[in-house]
Amino acid sequence: MIDFELEPQILSRLQMFHAVSEHMMRPISRDCDEHEHTKPTQFYESMWSASAAADIQVGNDRSKKADGGAAAAPRRANLMTVLSTEELCWGDAGLYLSTPNSGLGGAAVMAAGTPEQKERFLKRFKEGKPKWGAMAITEPSFGSDSSQVTTTATRDGDHWVINGTKIFCTAGEMAAEKSEGFVVVWATVDKSAGRPGIKPFVVEHNTAGMTVARVENKLGIRASDTAALIFDNCRIPLDALLGSAEVRKEGGFKDVMATFDATRPIVAAMAIGVGRAALDFVRDFLEQQDVAVRYGISPRRLTAVERDFMEMEVQLQAARLLTWRAAWMLDTGKRNSLEASMAKAKAGLAVTLITQKAVELLGPLGYSRKILVEKWMRDAKINDIFEGTQQINMIIIARRILNYSSKELN
Amino acid sequence: MIDFELSEEQQMIRDSVGAFAREKIRPAARPADESGAIPAALVSEAWQFGFVSGAIPEKFGGGGDTRSAVTGAIVAEELGFGDISIGLHVLAPRLFAFPIVEMGTDDQRAKYLKRFAGADFAAATAAVMEPRFDYDLSAQHVSAKRDGAGYVLNGGKCYVPLAAESDSMLIYATTDASKGYAGVDGFIVPRTTAGVTISEREKNMGLKALATYELTLKDCHVGADARLGGDKGIDFSRLMCESRVAFAAMGVGVMNAAFEYARDYAKERKAFGVPIATKQAIAFILADMAIEIDAARLLVWEAAYELDKGRDALKASYLAKNYVANSALKVTDNGVQVLGGHGYIREHPVEMWLRNARGFSAIEGIATV
Repeated sequence: MIDFELEPQILSRLQMFHAVSEHMMRPISRDCDEHEHTKPTQFYESMWSASAAADIQVGNDRSKKADGGAAAAPRRANLMTVLSTEELCWGDAGLYLSTPNSGLGGAAVMAAGTPEQKERFLKRFKEGKPKWGAMAITEPSFGSDSSQVTTTATRDGDHWVINGTKIFCTAGEMAAEKSEGFVVVWATVDKSAGRPGIKPFVVEHNTAGMTVARVENKLGIRASDTAALIFDNCRIPLDALLGSAEVRKEGGFKDVMATFDATRPIVAAMAIGVGRAALDFVRDFLEQQDVAVRYGISPRRLTAVERDFMEMEVQLQAARLLTWRAAWMLDTGKRNSLEASMAKAKAGLAVTLITQKAVELLGPLGYSRKILVEKWMRDAKINDIFEGTQQINMIIIARRILNYSSKELN
Repeated sequence: MIDFELSEEQQMIRDSVGAFAREKIRPAARPADESGAIPAALVSEAWQFGFVSGAIPEKFGGGGDTRSAVTGAIVAEELGFGDISIGLHVLAPRLFAFPIVEMGTDDQRAKYLKRFAGADFAAATAAVMEPRFDYDLSAQHVSAKRDGAGYVLNGGKCYVPLAAESDSMLIYATTDASKGYAGVDGFIVPRTTAGVTISEREKNMGLKALATYELTLKDCHVGADARLGGDKGIDFSRLMCESRVAFAAMGVGVMNAAFEYARDYAKERKAFGVPIATKQAIAFILADMAIEIDAARLLVWEAAYELDKGRDALKASYLAKNYVANSALKVTDNGVQVLGGHGYIREHPVEMWLRNARGFSAIEGIATV
């Protein structure tokens, strides 16, 4: 039954996330942007202890369905994740990404790992000091075309040996060197096999042969480290391979895609959080200036500012509803690749435009670094790029609606 | 609790109305657009679905169904998918009957609702729009002033569907210009009332199969009992929210019609030896259309949901309707574009959908859920 209501328990949890945004993120937001590679360690500590209670988790948990653990209660994990993501990215998207947790590495473990591996790799996130999980797919020679993985994993006795270079690894530095975390590295076990030969491997922090080559300087989300990692005869145990080593058509690469089905709505929610920050700021600003936004009057009598503001507002809500739907589908066990890409494509572009418009509507103030709106415009742009660019998501959507294979439409 | 699943009943309604729209309404759409006439047999067949009679209370012979704006939006989308002009014609009696069901006095219900419970289509309508560029629902120029025991109405209306064949109509007029929506009332006016003049049928860019008329009211006297809801009056804002939801939902149907047609064409039509849909330039247009349709539908459903919860849906319905007005134009324009030169030819329906979609930004108040 169609329902758009968030129940009180969810709303009260969101209030808690909002408080985190307001009191822990916003106060250091500008500083982290201006001092890109300085780590807000106190923030990490606070988020780490808070997350133990709040369960800020990212992931596509298929295991619960398989062993029937979730039973009769409707699953809300993915919906809750997109809701909390919006709330936290209202605070600061860069800080959200830098929050110590299992991150995309954890999502890969959840999507592709055995129950034993999930336990082994993920339990650390409930204990001890702050830790990060990261995922490394992109290489210098490819981005969207993730089937072109050239990093190799070669069997050598009781070990896999990883060789190659990975870039654009979110939280890569924190996961690889600055905490007791891990990096999930996608590498091919058989180049001739193409996509099915690409497998995920968990490389523990400070493993010999894995080095952080550099941390990127970026347009926005500067609080989050984006690392380049070099793997030079990096030896890891056999059971660090997530899932099966067998090269099957249905294997490895499908697991990457399964990860995207869960993470694209989250990135959409990140965008929405940033967009809402900008929208809220403009709304408050207009109120202070006694500029009314008159809903319900003739569209021909709206001022340009009203029209712009309403457009920002409805675009954001459209993106939000698409995102909720994609997450809801995952929670209810429905295949959501199409809807996840729709949400991501819509939110990425809509919020890019919303934040640009926010800068414009504030005039000279909007361009100033005294307020955060210009930063949100810079932060927003990443959501139209990572976890699949706007264009890649459009291709995925087009293939689905046309019922075309990747060979037929590329 | 967030849920995007239709109830089983809603799925059944969507499937049956959708099949009727696809198999019966769609084939009639082009001939109706060209001739301006909708076959009476088709209207009669649509009547059997109970789009109007279903919501008439049982004591007046109707179905006594509880109205749901969400279900209404689902129905409206399917009818819009078939053909919006025919859909608007079929639903027009709602414009008169539903406000009486929802906000009328007992006497008004008893007097006017029975005729919508019968087996035959009963034409009726409402007059909302006025012919001004900055026409504003909350600032109606048509006025209703107290005159002795009754009211006297003056002013002009336009886009009144089926006015010439409706026995009675609901005319919305300002009783207190200082109150915005709250200062607008509805008056039940028989067509033959002295002072009511119905124009020649309007000639419009789109919605050509829907007969609409201008209305002139000159010192048109009605009794106090003509005021909808009696002394209590009405919640005009809510009625217009219901209207926006219905019209916007039909817009989603129009968008979906253009999308499906363009998609299927692009898979068949070849250029440079391959279907044009295999080219990103076309495929991305289609992907964008698909996103906009889903986004628009969810916005409409959310506004409808607010109505069903009995809340003020002014903002949600206003934003959703304006969103549809923009996106329906864009999506139907893309429908024409994907077909290229052929899209411009009246042999294909896409040009008709573009003309129909242009109406969403101009017109208000001609449908309800």
